[in-house]
Formats: sequence, structure tokens, C-alpha cells
Amino acid sequence: METIVYEEPTTYLNHQHSVASWLLTYDHKRIGILYLIVVTFAFFLGGIFATLIRLELATPAGDLFSADVYNRMFTMHGVTMVFFVLVPAVPAVLGNFVMPLMIGAKDVAFPKLNLLSWYVFTIGFIFTVASMILGGVDTGWTFYTPYSSQGSESNVLLTGIGVFITGFSSILTGVNFMVTIHRMRAPGMTWFRLPLFIWALYSTALVMVLGTPVIAITLLMLVLERGLHLGIFDPRLGGDPVLFQHLFWFYSHPAVYIMILPPMGVISEVIACFSRKNVFGYSFVAFSSLAIAVFGFLVWAHHLFVAGISPYSALIFSFLSFAVAIPSAVKTFNWTATLYEGAIWWKTPMMFAFGFLGLFLIGGLTGLFLASLGLDVHLTDTYFVVAHFHYIMVGGAIMGYFAGLHYWWPKITGRMYNDTLGKLAALLIFVGFNLTFGPQFILGYLGMPRRYHVYPPEFQVLNVLSSAGASILAVGYVLPALYFLYSLKFGAEAGANPWKATGLEWTTQSPPLPENFRTTPVVTEGAYAYSKREMRVA
Amino acid sequence: MFSGFSLFPTQASTLAPEIDNLYLGVILITAFFAIVVVVCVTYFAIKYRDHTGDKIGAPITGSVPLELGWSLIPFVIAIGIFVWASIVFFHIVRAPDQTLEIYSTGKRWMWRFQHIDGQREINELHVPVGRAVRVVFTSEDVLHDLFIPAFRVKADAVPGRYSAIWFEPTRVGEYHLFCAEYCGTRHSGMIGTVYVMEAADYQAWASGGGATAGGTLVQRGEGLFTQLACVTCHLPDGTGRGPSLAGVYGSQVTLESGETVTADESYLRESILMSQAKTVKGYEHIMPTFQGLINEDGVAALIEYIKSLQAGGNRVASAQ
Ligand code: HEC
Ligand SMILES: [Cu+2]
Ligand SMILES: [Cu+2]
Repeated sequence: METIVYEEPTTYLNHQHSVASWLLTYDHKRIGILYLIVVTFAFFLGGIFATLIRLELATPAGDLFSADVYNRMFTMHGVTMVFFVLVPAVPAVLGNFVMPLMIGAKDVAFPKLNLLSWYVFTIGFIFTVASMILGGVDTGWTFYTPYSSQGSESNVLLTGIGVFITGFSSILTGVNFMVTIHRMRAPGMTWFRLPLFIWALYSTALVMVLGTPVIAITLLMLVLERGLHLGIFDPRLGGDPVLFQHLFWFYSHPAVYIMILPPMGVISEVIACFSRKNVFGYSFVAFSSLAIAVFGFLVWAHHLFVAGISPYSALIFSFLSFAVAIPSAVKTFNWTATLYEGAIWWKTPMMFAFGFLGLFLIGGLTGLFLASLGLDVHLTDTYFVVAHFHYIMVGGAIMGYFAGLHYWWPKITGRMYNDTLGKLAALLIFVGFNLTFGPQFILGYLGMPRRYHVYPPEFQVLNVLSSAGASILAVGYVLPALYFLYSLKFGAEAGANPWKATGLEWTTQSPPLPENFRTTPVVTEGAYAYSKREMRVA
Repeated sequence: MFSGFSLFPTQASTLAPEIDNLYLGVILITAFFAIVVVVCVTYFAIKYRDHTGDKIGAPITGSVPLELGWSLIPFVIAIGIFVWASIVFFHIVRAPDQTLEIYSTGKRWMWRFQHIDGQREINELHVPVGRAVRVVFTSEDVLHDLFIPAFRVKADAVPGRYSAIWFEPTRVGEYHLFCAEYCGTRHSGMIGTVYVMEAADYQAWASGGGATAGGTLVQRGEGLFTQLACVTCHLPDGTGRGPSLAGVYGSQVTLESGETVTADESYLRESILMSQAKTVKGYEHIMPTFQGLINEDGVAALIEYIKSLQAGGNRVASAQ
């Protein structure tokens, strides 16, 4: 008898197996996976800090940790989540994996540089984790001087160096993405046929390249000031402590857009796919990304309204902050309009996209409160701000990241995860999130300052609600880890195009070939040409 | 756990209702947009649901009038909020002309307050009801922030410079005072209580209890002025090596560079502690730097003393 040998198709996952083939890979898809591993680790690390913070805040007294431990915890939560989760999650994990596929390229423009970015990122992360193991840092993720330069006795140097190093990976990735999008598009893939995720990544790359050097220099100045007492930020030596805040936010406000623009791009993809429609107002959505990227550089001082800047410059920054809200509003209206007369398929990625819409809406609208000068004086540095930026960063960015992860998971792994569990996770995250951060708006208006280890007892009810919500949220975040892992072995085969979506990434097999496409695709239509084509059933 | 629980902070200053109205206004406007979007998304998601995934949506690509509409209308509304909020902001940052001055210093991890009458207190602040109070403060170490939620005011305390908040309490009572800018270990312990008292009670408190043993702030300043030999240069008639300080407070000073600056507390503070920073036109830069020789309390006393010197060299009663 003859045994029939079924030959497994060659994929980027199985064509090489050694550890070295992963650690020395130039394949954008494998690099995406490498990022996924580090980012997931960082997310759980940051999540553990968050859990401990909420546990401590369940009671007004500081009964679980000492003040110093608490201060280190919220700092390390912030540092980990901002620099090692939010900034890299969508661009470096999902962007790396799908961007070349989406534009019909074999890889990014500079594959070796891409690998280098990951190493730089990981080394930066190792420094930061080392600083935590050696006792942590307690300046807050904002590193404000003169506390960070003179007051703090924690590992500011090591953390500062870690974040400084990581910045270079952002810059390299940004350059790589920009060149790739300019030079590597498949024949026929004109700018206005690009999927909106690519527009978002392009805008993000712009911010990464222009903004990150500023934070790098700022952290370098901080490190020098701390080590050598140069007097840049020390008023006794003629320096200016508030200068640090200007420099810091000159990067860190645009960094908000590094974190939110790519998830916005994901949402455009997901909403188009699961509504079976063109994204309403394609070019408005595309250009609003660019507008956000550019205007995002002009609003940094809205973080300094009570820091002693002149009231007239406050007026200008307040006005510009209102202006920068408009492109985000335009996107939201366009997404809503896309649903109109769609054929809406309720799948897990779409549930996350709905969650994104709700949470981002609240995050964006509460931003208007903080842009309002007369309200910001009362609200800034309170829990209102904490709630606001978590709605944007976690409600928006992480929800978008999860939407994307669930959308492209079948492409990345070739397997389907359990859709019911996926929807459950989306629901748990949505409910848990609102319960965690909703009460914090009220706490903020009541006047509870942020970064408080102990607080007056009348704030307890709302804090208990918040902590209860956090425990739901935690379940919602752990669940996907479980069913994703399960799907790797037991999930149904996804096939090339399980969502019956448009887009070049869905025309190749799942998981894709090492070289992405057998022959270079030729593009003849716009990104979301659902109405023009016969449904290809996978 | 439920004691003292509320959803809205007490309104205890003249500014508070103004800020609360703005808050409610912005809530209404944003809630309108939120509801429109949520209702549309929910309605569309249910109405156009397709269980099979095989249907195709309508071939709609966009609409320029709609895009213009939902860009311009929110923009106009945003400008409306901006104008309203900015007006309120200027009420917050512009103190009225006649205020009761209190000096304060933030230091890890406590707030010190100095009253004109000479009273000093730590983590407690006594103020009279119905009178505009202005707290002028700085920090001795890192950043802090003086925040009184019941009055809806806050400002950062920045080492090396003065910040100020003003408020007019409208309700007798005790209110929280927080440090709102992270400052290290006991940041959340850097809190205190504001006691708003009837005017008469405040008078009694301010002048009572032997607290004025060191004299009023102005008297203390006068003492320092002699002790630190300021008098040797700053003669009241302007014939000394330095300019006369009578009437300088609030006036426009022309500097060597040709610039003019308003001589407010920050300017006076800088003139004393960092005299090299700005030089008055027509004078040589010979004034020594007093940085490290006087503490913040001393600086406050000197400033109050200088403020009490009115043009013509006559002393007037302090800001009361
Ligand atoms: C050696 C003489 C000298 C001494 C002592 C001195 N000053 Fe001066 N001061 C000057 C001169 C000269 C100027 C103007 C030039 C300048 O601004 O540096 C001046 C400027 C000032 C100004 C700004 C005045 C304006 O018109 O704008 C203030 C305020 C002041 N001094 C306060 C003080 C105080 C308070 C002390 C004591 C702690 C003091 N000075 C001690 C010489 C002196
Ligand atoms: Cu900002
Ligand atoms: Cu503090």
C-alpha cells in the first residue's frame, strides 16, 4: 500500500524552525510576532501594576503598600504601558505584519533595519525592567523636573536610558514605514486606493520621525542634569523647571496620536469589512489622519495651563486644542455613516470596533472639557484627567488594537478563535472599562488629585466601584490570551479569507507565504470595493 | 464609607458657580453629540444586521455637504465653548484690585502660610468669608500645586518663582486643600484644611493668641530691611546708590535693556534673590544677590514691606 503524504503548504511559520531563524529573521511577519511577544509581556506587566494600584485604592488608607511602593507602582504602570505597549502595539505588531501585505509588497523597505528596531526596542525594555527589578522609579511617567532631576532617589537614570533607547526603535520604524509606503506599493496601488490603515500608519510614521527625537533629547538632558547638575532645569542655577514640561509634552502630546492614529486606521478597516461597504468619505478620513498628525504638534502647552504660562499663550493653546478635536470628530461621524445601509456582520472584531466607538467618543468629548481653560484649572491633575486619557489610550487605542488582533489573527496564524468567547471578551472589556473609569470623572470633578496613595474617606464609594470594574476588566483581558493560545492548536483552519474581506492581505494564503505573494499582485480598484465584486467565498 | 458621599463638590467661592455652570453647559453639549452617535450606531447595527456575512452593503462612498456640515457645525460650537471657557478663565486668573494677601510656601510635604498680621500656620489656612483673598506662593524644593476644590482654583508652586490663586469664599466651613502636583513620597499627605470664618472671627483669630509676637509681616520686613542693609542703598528719597523703593510696587519699571516690566511680587522677588537677572535703567548693577541669605518667609516680609512704601516715602497701612 502506498501512504499518501499530505504536504503542508509552506508558510512563513513553518519554512524554518530554529530559534536563530526567528531571532535573525528579516521577515516583517516574524518581526511582527517578535514584537507581539514583547508587547504582550509588557501589557501583562503593566496590567499587574494596574491591578495592585486599584487594590490599594479600594480603601482610603494606605494599607497595602507603603507610599514609596505605591508611587513606584503607578510610575512603572505608566512607563510600561505608554512606551512599551501603547506606542508599539498597533504600528510595530500589526503594522509590521500586515502593512507590506496590504500594499502588495514582499517586505518593508529596509528589512534589516526593521530587525534592528526590534532589538533596540527590546534592549530599551530590558533596561527599563532592570530598573524596576533594582527598585523601580517613582517620578511618574512624566518625569517632571526638578523632582526627577534632584528630588527622587529612585532609578531615574536607568529608566530614562531605557526609554531613550526605545525611542530610536520608534524613529527607525517610522522611517522604514514611510519609505515602504512610498516605494513598495504594488502596481496599481495608488495613494487613493490605499487602505485607510496605511494612511494612518503613514501619518503615525511622520509623528514618530519628527517627535521622538525631541523626547530623546529631553531625556538626555534629564540624565545629564541628574548626573552632572548642569542647571538646565534647576532654578538655583538659573535653569527653568517648566522648560522640561514644554519639551516633554512637545513629544508626548503628539505621542498620543502615535498611540491612537493606528488604532483609528484599524477601525476603518474593520468597520468597512464588517459593513461590506466603502468607508464613508474615504479621503476625509485619510486626510484627517494627516491633519491630526500635523496639528498635534501645536497643542503641547495645554498640559501647562496651571504651570505658570502666560494666560494669553494659554488662550492660543486652548484654541488649537479645540481645533485638533475636529478631525477626530469627522472620523467618528464617517464611521457612523459607514454603517448606514451596510450589511453588518456581527463578528468579534466588529464588536471591538463598536466598543472603540463608544469609548473613544467619551474620551474625545471629555478632552473638550480639558481644552476649556476655565474648566481645566479645576480638572487638571485630578482623576478627571486620569479617566479622560484612559478612555483615549485604553478605551480607544487598546480596543482598536484588540479589534485589529482579532481581525488579522486568522491571517497571522491561519486559525480561527472562538467567536462567542471573543464577543464575551469584548463585552467584559467594555463593561469593565466603563465601570473602572466612569466613576473617575466624578472623582475628578469632586477634586480627588491623581497619584494619591491615601485619600479622604468620602471618595471611597467611587473608588470601590472603580476597583470592582478593574477586576472585570482584568478578566476581559486575560480571556483573549486563553482562546488565542487555544486556537493555535485546536482552532479551525481559517483559509485565505475568512471574513470575505477586500484587501490584498486576504488574497494570499493564511498564514502567508514567506515571500507574501506568489506573484506580485496588480491592483485595479479602490480599497473597499465590496459593491463592485462578486463575493469570493473562501 | 457613604458618609459625606456626594456627586458634586461644595460651592464655596464666587468662582465656583461660574465654573459649575460652564461644566454643566459643556456636559449638555457633549452629551448631545454622544447620544446622536450612540443612537445612530446602535440603530444601524441592529437594523442592517446580516447574519450570513454574504450580503453586500449599499454602494455609498460619501457626501461632501455632509462632511462640511459635520466639520463646520462642531467647529462653530467648539469656538463657542472656547470663548465661554476663556472668559471664565480670565476671571480665575485675574484677581480683583483689593485683595487680602497671604503668602505661602510648599515644601515636601507641607504648606506654610503667612498672614499679613503675622500669623503663621502649617497645613491650615484661615480666611474670612466674603473677602477676596489672594495666596501668593512658591516652592522650596520640587513642584507642588495648591488646589482647593471647593473654590475651584489651583496653580502649580514652582521653585524660583511666584504663583498666585485668588478666591472669595462665600460659605463658612472647612474645606480640603490638596497638593495636586506629584512631589514624591508623601504627596498624598501634603493636604490641609481651609477654614472659612466670619469676618469678625477671622479678625480675632488673626490678631489673637500671641501669634503676632514677631510683629506683622510689614514690621518683620522693615526689620529685615535694616538688618540686611537694604536701607544703605535704598533711601526713601532716591538719593542712595539704589532706586527708591517707594511706590515701586505695581509701577512700570524701565530696565537697562529698554524693556518695561510691571513690578509685581514676582519681579520684587527676583530683584531681591537674583538681582543680576534684571537691572533698572540708570543704575549700576551693584546690588548683591540675597539668594541663600533670606528664606521664603523673609522674602515675603520684605515684599510686603516694599508694598507698604507708597510714593512720596509715606508708609501706609498694609493691604487691609
Ligand atoms: C549695594 C547697594 C544695594 C543693596 C545693599 C541693596 N540694593 Fe536693591 N538695588 C540696588 C541697585 C543699584 C538697584 C538697581 C539696579 C538693579 O536693578 O540691579 C537695586 C534694585 C532693587 C530693586 C528693584 C527696584 C526697582 O525700582 O525696580 C528692589 C526691589 C531691591 N533692589 C530690593 C532690595 C532689598 C530688599 C535689599 C535688601 C535685602 C536690597 N535691595 C539691597 C542696590 C542695592
Ligand atoms: Cu496633550
Ligand atoms: Cu505633591
